[in-house]
Amino acid sequence: MNTLFDKIWDAHVVSTVEDGPTQLYIDRLFCHEVTSPQAFSGMRDRGLKCFRPEKIFCMPDHNIPTLNQDKPIEDPVSRTQVDELKKNATDFGLAYFGMGHKKNGIIHVVGPENGLTLPGMTIVCGDSHTSTHGAMGAIAFGIGTSEVEMVMASQCVLQSRPMTMRITVDGKLSKGVTAKDMALYIISKMTTGGATGYFVEYAGEAVRDLTMEGRLTLCNLSIEMGARGGMIAPDEKTIEYIKGREYAPKGEAWDAAVAYWNTLKSDADAVFDKEITFKAEDIEPMVTYGTNPGMGMGITSSIPAVESVPEAGRISYAKSLEYMGFNAGESILGKKIDYVFLGSCTNGRIEDFRAFAAFVQGKKKAADVVAWLVPGSWGVDQQIREEGLDKILAEAGFELRQPGCSACLAMNEDKVPAGKYAVSTSNRNFEGRQGPGARTILASPLVAAAAAITGEITDPRVLMA
Amino acid sequence: MKEKFNITTSTCVPLPLENVDTDQIIPARFLKATTKEGFGDNLFRDWRFDKQGNPIPSFVLNNPTYSGKILVAGKNFGSGSSREHAAWAVAGYGFRIVVSSFFADIFKNNALNNFVLPVVVSEEFLAELFTSINANPKTEVEVDLPNQTITNKATGNSEHFQINAYKKHCLMNGLDDIDYLLSNKDKIEAWENK
Repeated sequence: MNTLFDKIWDAHVVSTVEDGPTQLYIDRLFCHEVTSPQAFSGMRDRGLKCFRPEKIFCMPDHNIPTLNQDKPIEDPVSRTQVDELKKNATDFGLAYFGMGHKKNGIIHVVGPENGLTLPGMTIVCGDSHTSTHGAMGAIAFGIGTSEVEMVMASQCVLQSRPMTMRITVDGKLSKGVTAKDMALYIISKMTTGGATGYFVEYAGEAVRDLTMEGRLTLCNLSIEMGARGGMIAPDEKTIEYIKGREYAPKGEAWDAAVAYWNTLKSDADAVFDKEITFKAEDIEPMVTYGTNPGMGMGITSSIPAVESVPEAGRISYAKSLEYMGFNAGESILGKKIDYVFLGSCTNGRIEDFRAFAAFVQGKKKAADVVAWLVPGSWGVDQQIREEGLDKILAEAGFELRQPGCSACLAMNEDKVPAGKYAVSTSNRNFEGRQGPGARTILASPLVAAAAAITGEITDPRVLMA
Repeated sequence: MKEKFNITTSTCVPLPLENVDTDQIIPARFLKATTKEGFGDNLFRDWRFDKQGNPIPSFVLNNPTYSGKILVAGKNFGSGSSREHAAWAVAGYGFRIVVSSFFADIFKNNALNNFVLPVVVSEEFLAELFTSINANPKTEVEVDLPNQTITNKATGNSEHFQINAYKKHCLMNGLDDIDYLLSNKDKIEAWENK
């Protein structure tokens, strides 16, 4: 009568502090350049070595430019941070996939793509979107830098056991509706803090029907409703996806692993602290209109009236709409947009590029739209070229950039100017997220493609008919 | 930052906004530092300063009427990114306590790991606190960690707040988690070998 979460968590408990948190063993620590320097300094200050260096993988992603990766990073501060990760990885004897390395890219894309992320694992990283890896049937969550240092020092973290929630999506998604829309729909219903304190398992026909990459997108966004993480029980699709990847088990180890993975599902009588069900057919292509991912709506809907918001939240709500330049009650269909961003750990995978390319094939990019198409990793870039998607994109007027986090949080040069509107496939529309004053509308790759073609917010289903 | 906690009495800085995300607490462009120092200068940077770097008078941190070691914030404080830089900025600015009706999980952990105490109060208590501070900016609040109570001195109203017993012990004694984990290596090896 255990949930999937219980099974993995219980198998990783080293000890429990009296009246306190659990000491949880961690199978994989991912490090990027932004949230690790102070952890490495802490290790040096204490005179420590990494306890299990072979379980730690480092790659820079946030500061990486999307042009000229063969040259040193121009911004000296970004360059210093990236150089420091390389030095730290070398000094502490850790695997390092540097800028331009064939396995470089966004950590949450590189992990699953290389078989570094496996079912049944506990995975952490100093990055809230670590929740992505839960799609493979792992417990994966974001931690702070002090906790990164804990894992380096002991391969463990101290964590309070979260409550469990199952979100079931029944039925089938409609045409033109993607995993991203499902996630934005769920977050809009749950609100941005609605799953705080919980670890979520996604279930139901619409979830099982998602491809592995769709599942990665769904779990990626779990943090945006406050959940510590999201996870999906591994199945045939998961096992098929992992098979043959570089770090995946081989031979007898593979057979043993598959036998174990097949046990990783919630028991039929498992009890969750909370259960929520949605219907797939209620979901349409989604857009956000505000400054947190919970402020989303169906693309044909209107922005809610201020009166519909509880009183304590009205100051924030009004501030949010003012920042976006939107009015309560209006539709955003037909709104002029300036930038389109395809990429990030949410939607920078090969399927996202396939969907975008299929949509724009035979059409032309709107002349006044700046489009940044940024693969999530060099592995994705290679697939794009092998499948000839780069040529389709070029014919439609789009240019492919080099992999990294890019305009998702604008720590590199890819910043949306103040006041401009960006349709972004990334994960956050916070004030200033894509550059100071930038206005972000979160959407799926299909909505982004439609906006890139027409230059305004457009229902992709109209152009797909 | 490892100043031991006991009873703190202070005036407050009110921020009655909901869903204040860590991108607002410390924007991404300030995350390029490789030490924990200096983040307090850029706490709430884009709400606090204009593009030329001049203080925006309407933002509460620029209003000399309000000061103190306690930040009182709306529901769901610290959502979004896991960046511990947000906790370093809050601590670096001089806040020792953040009061709200709801905190995001990772921020709460990060705050505790940096000896900043997140105090969760009821929505009613929070609303009353904002009213008191609004009526009198010199309103004092007492946070008593040993007894786990928070008191609005203007009204005398008190609430009990929850904190994990282990974390309370750490805060009151200036201990951190790594000290604990390092003392426990035999158990880790035993787990690995089972």
